[in-house]
Amino acid sequence: MQLTGADIVVKSLEQEGVKYVFGYPGGAALHIYDAFHRQDKVEHILVRHEQGATHAADGLARATGEPGVVLVTSGPGVTNAITGIATAYMDSIPMVVLSGQVMKPLIGYDAFQEIDAVGISRPCVKHNFLIQNVEDIAPTIKKAFHVATTGRPGPVLVDIPKDITADIAEFIYPEDITMRAYPPVASPQPSEIVAAVEAILNAKRPIVYTGGGVVLAEAQEQLRQFVRALGYPCTNTLMGLGAYPHDDPLFLGMLGMHGTYEANMAMHDADLIIAIGARFDDRITGTLDGFAPDAKVLHVDIDPSVIDKNIKTDISIIGDARDVLTMLNRELSRRADDINQQLTEAWWQQINQWRGLNSLWYEHSDTVIKPQLVVQKLFEVTGGEAYVTSDVGQHQMYAAQFYGFSDTHKWINSGGLGTMGFGLPAAMGVKFAHRDADVACVTGEGSIQMCIQELATCQQYDLPIKVINLNNRYLGMVRQWQEFNYDKRYSNSYMDSLPDFVKLAEAYGHVGMMIEKPADVEGALREAFAMKDRLVFMDFITDQTENVYPMIEAGKGHHEMRLRPGGPQPEGV
Amino acid sequence: MRHIISVLLENESGALSRVAGLFSARGYNIDTLTVAPTNDPTLSRLTISTVGDDRKIDQIEKQLGKLVDVAALQDITINRHLEREVVLVKLLANQQSKPKLDRLVAAFNGKLIDINDTQFILELSGSSEKVDELLKALVDFEIIEVARSGVTGMTSTERALTVEQP
Ligand SMILES: Cc1ncc(C[n+]2csc(CCOP(=O)(O)OP(=O)(O)O)c2C)c(N)n1
Repeated sequence: MQLTGADIVVKSLEQEGVKYVFGYPGGAALHIYDAFHRQDKVEHILVRHEQGATHAADGLARATGEPGVVLVTSGPGVTNAITGIATAYMDSIPMVVLSGQVMKPLIGYDAFQEIDAVGISRPCVKHNFLIQNVEDIAPTIKKAFHVATTGRPGPVLVDIPKDITADIAEFIYPEDITMRAYPPVASPQPSEIVAAVEAILNAKRPIVYTGGGVVLAEAQEQLRQFVRALGYPCTNTLMGLGAYPHDDPLFLGMLGMHGTYEANMAMHDADLIIAIGARFDDRITGTLDGFAPDAKVLHVDIDPSVIDKNIKTDISIIGDARDVLTMLNRELSRRADDINQQLTEAWWQQINQWRGLNSLWYEHSDTVIKPQLVVQKLFEVTGGEAYVTSDVGQHQMYAAQFYGFSDTHKWINSGGLGTMGFGLPAAMGVKFAHRDADVACVTGEGSIQMCIQELATCQQYDLPIKVINLNNRYLGMVRQWQEFNYDKRYSNSYMDSLPDFVKLAEAYGHVGMMIEKPADVEGALREAFAMKDRLVFMDFITDQTENVYPMIEAGKGHHEMRLRPGGPQPEGV
Repeated sequence: MRHIISVLLENESGALSRVAGLFSARGYNIDTLTVAPTNDPTLSRLTISTVGDDRKIDQIEKQLGKLVDVAALQDITINRHLEREVVLVKLLANQQSKPKLDRLVAAFNGKLIDINDTQFILELSGSSEKVDELLKALVDFEIIEVARSGVTGMTSTERALTVEQP
């Protein structure tokens, strides 16, 4: 079949099974937009800003495990998309970004809306391509999806000069492609598995610490089997929440800067850290001086470069988390008689003592809405079943701490890059993927204003998201750091001149609510979630000076957590 | 310690900038970098010399290995290996000291490849160490400019750098 390059682009997406492309048109992409107009297999979703397109595609990817797809024009279209590409890159999210480029003969001449898309995106993509010929469009798109979705996933950008999208070629979508230089995923070696299980069975103070890799590998069932067979404590990173059920007695909650006291203390005092699909990021480890002084480290990851990057490991297994866990489980069942729960009895006693401090404790109030209460009520009202996206700040931490997750793909946040503005467009992507599910965006009055224009997209496509705005009239997380580290000099962290969010929501055609009293929180949430076909923007006026606890402050270690003043404190402090 | 890492790279546009970008983004040093096509025109061979402790070199190799265009790589310095660098030195012509220069060039096994009334150009191929020594020995002459190629090399064992065919 002879087609234009533009039709080949769209047909290739169809062949990849893409249902939605999030994008924004412009000169260099117009042939491709015309090709979209000629067909109805792949739906193009018009966002209001290219950052929104990338976050929406990202949200869809996180909620489904399928790659998200974005289409932008050259120049400012690409630069606007960079934040979202980098967000996906830092969290290893599969995404394919197609960008229009100026015509080939104009490249390099500072043409109108020319930007070196390959160059500007290079540090924040897994790979990128500049297509040179119309014949290369289909194979390059095939490669882009392959690279984005295999190994450690990530965003891939494909830059397409405009003249090529008008050229004509035979359309053949390749079944297979070979990329000899693209590293295959290593297969775990049986000897590594045997050695790992030996170490696991001999541990007296073990902890299983897992991250986004378990979510990406769809390894939650294997993880649960592994942890339960051993009866070992398990903690998840911010990116890994949901992989282990929040209410299981073996679960210690999230670890890291705002993780629970018991999870961080257990990391510090462990004699064996079993790290799976996690990368010992600085928000997880605190200072590396004195990190887990007695621990051996067993590290499982698909990416060899994370092994020994931040923490020296004793045993490493490179491979897909699901494959490795399956092999570990098989070896464990072979050695079932050697599992000795008595070995860890004293360890559990110690952990339960730490747990007894109830480090997420906060003071309830009858007069002012505590942000934690809103999240707890959100959990109750949605039965713990909602997809929850968040922005970045205190509200993100409250959501992670207080919305108990029991499934992967349901907690969707920008952990690596920490991108304010992520929450609302990400929720749109989730909603496209799961039309009947409850989707809540937990945000702050600072973050929501970074991509608020997407309320119009929600109106155009009937996306009944529930926006939970925890409005403390501060860039709360910044204010908290200024309170702790800058002697309460609140430089530029006060959000003055806020819009009337209720009216704003209404102006976009949605329902707005303002909630000011603790007693009204639950009722308002019930009312909002009962409006199945409306986007409801819920503006919760929350305690202005509430802080996120517990906390590992800068330069401190796992065992030096700051707990909420007025609450239970560890002995000797 | 100094390491020499040889890389086979897909001969694609932008591939070199990925390697260079990786070094600058992650704060690794590049002391020298050479690149040219191989007998297989679809592959370029890069030679990077860098300095770092074992942990840093391990990270450099792993990060390079992740690049989608990198087909194979090898730290040749951990094996028996040969390394060569070419240097061209342009000197102000001076007939008085010419005999001294001739002796020096002979001692280093170099060559005067261009001689005229105003300037001489000498060439030497050898290890980077030898090139350093030559430049030191030339202090008494008036150097106009120096062009070093950067080091290239290969193992002298059976362990060749080749692309594994899938
Ligand atoms: C794009 C971007 N700019 C700046 C920051 C730095 N930052 C992190 S949290 C935060 C405050 C967020 O305020 P808000 O959204 O109101 O949430 P709160 O912390 O009050 O819950 C800021 C400015 C960021 N993460 N992202």
